[in-house]
Amino acid sequence: MPSLAFYLFALLAVAGGVMLVAFRNPVASALSMVLSFVGLAGLFIGLNAYFVGIVQILVYAGAIMVLFVFIIMLLDLNNEEKVKFRSSTLVAGVGIPLLLAVQVLGVIQSGPTDEEVAFTEITPDTMKESAAELYPEITEDTPLKDRPAIYKSLTHETSPKLPDTNLIGHTIFSGYNFPLQVIGLLLLVATVGVVVLSKRSNKTVAQDVSES
Amino acid sequence: MASLNDFLFISGLLFAIGLAGVIIRRNIIVIFMSLELMLAAASLTLVAFSRFHVQNGLPDYNGQVFVFFIITVAAAEVAVGLAIIVALYRARQTINVEDLTSMRG
Repeated sequence: MPSLAFYLFALLAVAGGVMLVAFRNPVASALSMVLSFVGLAGLFIGLNAYFVGIVQILVYAGAIMVLFVFIIMLLDLNNEEKVKFRSSTLVAGVGIPLLLAVQVLGVIQSGPTDEEVAFTEITPDTMKESAAELYPEITEDTPLKDRPAIYKSLTHETSPKLPDTNLIGHTIFSGYNFPLQVIGLLLLVATVGVVVLSKRSNKTVAQDVSES
Repeated sequence: MASLNDFLFISGLLFAIGLAGVIIRRNIIVIFMSLELMLAAASLTLVAFSRFHVQNGLPDYNGQVFVFFIITVAAAEVAVGLAIIVALYRARQTINVEDLTSMRG
């Protein structure tokens, strides 16, 4: 069953993307980018990736959009682009992506059919089975306080939920400990780099003083 | 539920739209936003494959961890990129890529 929510969010993501490219006002482009990312987050949540969907909204629609709008306002670029697009760039800019889209469509058409690549449903029953496979040592007799949180939410009596965040945390801290620390270092380096980049060098400050 | 093919097609479409923005637009900030769109389209593919490749009846979370790292790197990249754009604007008073030709030999 092709769900209505999929089409709604896919349309939102694609329409936001088209508006991002088409609007001449940079602020309008930034807001369409948020629309596109909200649609994308909806698609993530439709794929049972709740954590990634929420992070997508928090980071992109929250932090990154504010940063973009802030810079646009700071540089006072609110005026619309008046330059006419050159026809050669227009042809390349429409032609090459169109070629890419047709190619993707062709690959998908020649690949497996929709039925062959349908997603396996995740139901309360399958979640009980995966809990049993993940924790084979837990039996009916195991006291509730000794059962891990992932097991408990997978086999909850009344409302079993996919413990998405717990499982991602488990994967990160068991298999990706070193990459996580490298990412932390990367964020630190990026912060220092931004400070260095935005600091005015002594030479330009001295120039400004001598000019004024 | 929609199948994997639908998600891959939407992802390819979003990537193509982002590429069109990078080629057509002359405003460097909008080019940067289109790049972000291309990055997000790639993460849609990763999440779709993570959901498709079911292990023990649960999605393959290795793919979602990868998306988590991509989002982190993208946030750092935006901060550095916008700082570069501000520095560029200070030096040249323009963000139109047609006016920034000092590297054209």
